[in-house]
Amino acid sequence: MQNRKAISPNSLTGRLLRFLHHGDRPWQGLLIIISVLVIILMLAIGELLWTRSAGARSAFGWSFLAPTANPNWDPVNDHFQAWPFLYGTLETSLFAILFALPIGIGIAIFLAELCPPWLRTPLTWMVELLAAIPSVVYGLWGIFVFLPKVVAPVGVFLGDTLGQIPVLGSLFAGPIPASGSSRLAASLILTIMIIPTIAAVSRDVFLAIPNSQREAAKALGATEWETIWQVLIPFGRSGILGAVILGLGRALGETMAVTMVIGNSIQGGASLLLPGYSMASIIANEFAEAVSQLHTDALIEIGLILFIITLLLNILARFLVWQVTRQTPQEAR
Amino acid sequence: MSNFSELMNSNRLTRTRQRKATNAFMLALTGMVTVLALIPLFWIIGYVVIRGGKSINLDFFIHMPTPMGVAGGGVLSAIEGTLVVTLLAAVIAIPPGVLAAYYAARYPNTPLGVALRFSTDVLAGVPSIVVGLFAYAVLVVPMKHYSGLAGGAALAVLMLPTIIRTTEEMLKLVPSTLREASLGLGAPEWKTSLSVLFPAASSGIITGFLLALARAVGETAPLLMTTLGNERFDIGQIIKSGVQGHQSIFAIIGRIINQPVDSLPLALWKYAQQPYPERVDQAWAVALVLMLFVLIVNVTARVWLQIRARRMKG
Repeated sequence: MQNRKAISPNSLTGRLLRFLHHGDRPWQGLLIIISVLVIILMLAIGELLWTRSAGARSAFGWSFLAPTANPNWDPVNDHFQAWPFLYGTLETSLFAILFALPIGIGIAIFLAELCPPWLRTPLTWMVELLAAIPSVVYGLWGIFVFLPKVVAPVGVFLGDTLGQIPVLGSLFAGPIPASGSSRLAASLILTIMIIPTIAAVSRDVFLAIPNSQREAAKALGATEWETIWQVLIPFGRSGILGAVILGLGRALGETMAVTMVIGNSIQGGASLLLPGYSMASIIANEFAEAVSQLHTDALIEIGLILFIITLLLNILARFLVWQVTRQTPQEAR
Repeated sequence: MSNFSELMNSNRLTRTRQRKATNAFMLALTGMVTVLALIPLFWIIGYVVIRGGKSINLDFFIHMPTPMGVAGGGVLSAIEGTLVVTLLAAVIAIPPGVLAAYYAARYPNTPLGVALRFSTDVLAGVPSIVVGLFAYAVLVVPMKHYSGLAGGAALAVLMLPTIIRTTEEMLKLVPSTLREASLGLGAPEWKTSLSVLFPAASSGIITGFLLALARAVGETAPLLMTTLGNERFDIGQIIKSGVQGHQSIFAIIGRIINQPVDSLPLALWKYAQQPYPERVDQAWAVALVLMLFVLIVNVTARVWLQIRARRMKG
């Protein structure tokens, strides 16, 4: 310190330093530029997908997305319709939510309300580790273990029971392929993969509910379960809905595991037990080997649709979760 | 329980008993679904460890892949490719991620801060395959070839939200007294953040990097359309020829990142779909390496964060 000469306030350096607030102006500028860049990055993803898919959008218009009984996805003759992928993605994701919701909420209740404190952290971590396993590993395990051991027998059982019911049966009409590759397989793998999302977010919702709610219900003589079912779940309803939507967003965009187990068949009826295709898996399978510019454009348009859907779902979910956590001051827990 | 008049008519004692039974049953059910959800976790880990453990050996790590259908060989090219792509992603994502996180933590309620945190949330929800398409349009199309650089950029976009969020949380944990003390001594804001706030939160921030890295290592979908895969990718060869040709270090690095590279998840995906049993064995070995890496990083990072958060609060 002694060696450093004092800078006279009236010298050029002194005035420059004062002008820059001793470096704080450039620093602030840097922070603002970086923050704006992150925002631009998000916008740029949407913008690029939009411009890059222009060819497919002008060639096919809305008929690209329209439901159709005989889907036409023909790279050789440059004709593309996205309906089978849209349907496959929606069906597998919705069934995954249907399976994962009760399990995820059950876990959240157990972790937030019932679990002894010493068990809480390890269990929470284990559930979250399910989300950390890479999705290709899920796919590999799916092909060689989960499909033959679980999905194929369950599929046969569903086809024999639910498949016989008149209307609902069309969703469960068999026979499931012997390998087990089907939309059912994709739904079940997705179920495992989104349970951590639903469980973690609903657990946070339960933890954010003020204790006065629990105390009031119990003082009126409610049992533990009645407190949960009639007070806590209605109180956290919109937060739990947010959890479901976040899980749905994850399921819609999941690529590798689904591609490996769904069977990758464009033909195939409405049934869950038949092989299908999903939006993410058609991109994964065909993008690097697209035969024409229009083919690439059509695949990018599918990506654009995926982006728009997940964007809207995310906005909705954040809003719902924010509504619940906003109501409750931290101290009230 | 559901029918009110039925309840009124029934004996009070049976009603209480019924309610208690429902209570016990449903509470037990929540415990059971928790166990049910953990079955796949242990099933996957156990199966991958046993199956992958059988086919893993030293050759696996130090040899290049053999041609299709020939036994032996390793996945050195994939290991090198994964290292290149993830390191590149970290280099691209970490500096802006940390600075954006600082802004988000310091000015959370300014319009820009709100927009920044919203964009981070949205970015975290964008499917990885869509990010791959983005990197393809930004880098592969203008460069006219697939490259490790494009793959690194795609993974960087995926890492960015994780880095911003964890760094933001860690910076918020630093007591404001530290900041005030530094400012009070006359240090400017930038010096306070660089030499007081970031060091105070450093171990938490590094943990955040590791978690983001663990997520990126396992990503496959965006690499399909950016790095493509290249079984002959050999860093040793590139460096040797570069040194012999008296190229500068930047030229060598440029050659490494400017060509299609292989990666572990891509290799797993390809091998899993091949009819040769020795390739499938290798797929399991790759799965074991990937999974162990991800699990170990996750568990240590979480333990570290927990200890850190407790110490900061106490």
